[in-house]
Amino acid sequence: MGRRQEDIGSGGSSLSPRVIFPNKILPYLLVAPQLAITAVFFYWPASQALYQSMLREDPFGLNSKFVWFDNFARVLADPNYLNSVRVTAVFSLATAFVAMAVALLLAVMADKVVRGRGIYRTLMIWPYAVAPAIAGMLWLFLFNPSIGSLAYMLRWLGINWDPLLNGPQAMVLVVAAAAWKQISYNFLFFVAGLQAIPRTLIEAAAIDGAGETKRFWTIVFPLLAPTTFFLLVINTTYAFFDTFGIIHAVTGGGPGKATETLVYKVYNDGFVNLILGDSAAQSVILMVIVIALTAFQFRFVERKVHYG
Amino acid sequence: MATVDLRDVRKTYAGNVEAVKGVSIAIADKALCVLVGPSGCGKSTLLRMIAGLETITDGTVAIDGKVVNTTGPAERDIAMVFQNYALYPHMKVYDNMAYGLRNRGTPRDEIDRRVREAAEKLELGALLDRRPRELSGGQRQRVAMGRAIVRNPKVFLFDEPLSNLDAKLRGQMRVEIKNLQRSLGVTSVYVTHDQLEAMTLADTLVVMNAGRVEQAGNPLDIYEKPASTFVASFIGAPPMNLLSLSQNGDGPALPDGAKLAAAPKGAATLGFRPEDAEATVANGAAHEGLSLPATVEGVEPVGAESFLYCAAGGGRIVVRVAGRATANPGDRLEVKAKPEKLHWFDREGRRVSSI
Repeated sequence: MGRRQEDIGSGGSSLSPRVIFPNKILPYLLVAPQLAITAVFFYWPASQALYQSMLREDPFGLNSKFVWFDNFARVLADPNYLNSVRVTAVFSLATAFVAMAVALLLAVMADKVVRGRGIYRTLMIWPYAVAPAIAGMLWLFLFNPSIGSLAYMLRWLGINWDPLLNGPQAMVLVVAAAAWKQISYNFLFFVAGLQAIPRTLIEAAAIDGAGETKRFWTIVFPLLAPTTFFLLVINTTYAFFDTFGIIHAVTGGGPGKATETLVYKVYNDGFVNLILGDSAAQSVILMVIVIALTAFQFRFVERKVHYG
Repeated sequence: MATVDLRDVRKTYAGNVEAVKGVSIAIADKALCVLVGPSGCGKSTLLRMIAGLETITDGTVAIDGKVVNTTGPAERDIAMVFQNYALYPHMKVYDNMAYGLRNRGTPRDEIDRRVREAAEKLELGALLDRRPRELSGGQRQRVAMGRAIVRNPKVFLFDEPLSNLDAKLRGQMRVEIKNLQRSLGVTSVYVTHDQLEAMTLADTLVVMNAGRVEQAGNPLDIYEKPASTFVASFIGAPPMNLLSLSQNGDGPALPDGAKLAAAPKGAATLGFRPEDAEATVANGAAHEGLSLPATVEGVEPVGAESFLYCAAGGGRIVVRVAGRATANPGDRLEVKAKPEKLHWFDREGRRVSSI
């Protein structure tokens, strides 16, 4: 605070980050493209979804009726929907946790590599370039009970592997595939975060008698907090929305409804079963959940984060 | 309370880069030893080897008589103050200072007592609840010192601890470090590239160059009898004037041909300190020792003294004059120095004792 006042006192307007535009229209013109994109691709579809969530339509879209919150009431009373909420919670938590934990482990390990550092990092980043559906297919084939090579190995180890019939195993498979896809992204950020920690801090801690594990948990991990927090927000959103392709390719929401997440159910009800009103209501609820979750993360988790 | 002994210590990095090429230093108990030299001379590497942050390629490092080559930094019982202070940004000042004690399982009340004691000593009492980013440079530097002294280690290691401070604060902290080190009586190794810091702090001064010890000893002895042209030009501000001599028939001579009666055999460089020379208007009076015609090129008044930058003897020299200088650029003067104030160096730059 003191420093800021000094800056203003000594430097005047030349040091202040505020830019003065010569006229009043230019700044609006400059932000207009961004606003237009946000409006066209976000607010307009969102409002459409909101409107549609209050309509009841026949599958062919020939006539529709405004029903207020009936769709919401129906959706929230549906045991299948509540199951899907539970599946999403398990799936998102597991995916975010696995993706971040494995990425952090790999980043810490890669940070120790001296020779061929660049090659390691490049290899680690590759999976990110694989499209979700392809990633899903890859995992599907590897773990397919009848033809998958890794499934064969699992059975050889005595595990009765059958994700096509076994719900929890199917969940493990989609979590693994979804996390695998996201590890590269997290890895990249963790590596950058680790590099930003001054070496002398680690050395000072070593002299202060902290062993490697202790150094990690008392110095490195707290200093990575801004990165971890950022990734937590990103990974949660990823697990909620961007994993549709993987689930679609690997399990199709099955067996039964064991891996039917909220997003998958929105798709299933809307585009497969053509219950458009229910589907829209679900996507509105989903939007509320994600907004609430992100707000919660910023409100409560970020408080424990020290930037710089 | 310990001695530090380095015996023929070497450091070779990957790619056969030799950073330290056989350094032997014995540091007495409670002494403050300053390693000084230009950047890249290996002084910091040497310090980091004493700290255990850098492996030792060859030779031995002993603390308190015990060889610690393979001992980890935590077990060497040393404390280090880093150039950038290396304070843990997410911890309060108190926790920064307590961290090392906690890691060693010191009882809680003992930690509290020692942290408060150290804070008292460094006038940090009011800052214990702050985080490093809320402190000024000088305060951070104090916390770094505090973190070192709470542990009550055998040896303090300082890696250019004052170079991030402004000049005024640096002078102040220099005095404080010296007093603190003396009152605690902890053997210390201090690395700096600032010769003024080195001169004022050192009990033992070690001048390093290109991975080797150029000269070691009492700072004033080094100042008065630099062992080489490197030391002569590194210690002292402004540094010693050095004029190269040509071998002219029967003895060394200045490039302009002037014979030097006092020159010992084999002298290739003549040196004298700016404060040992005298600039007078040329009067042709006979003078034993050095007498050089010089042309003033610039005058630098500092206040209590002035420096005359002159062209003389085929080179450039600086002469210190007390008070305000009366000379102006372009003036022709005679620069004189007494024979006992002249230093002679051979072709390799090593000191040649005068006759």
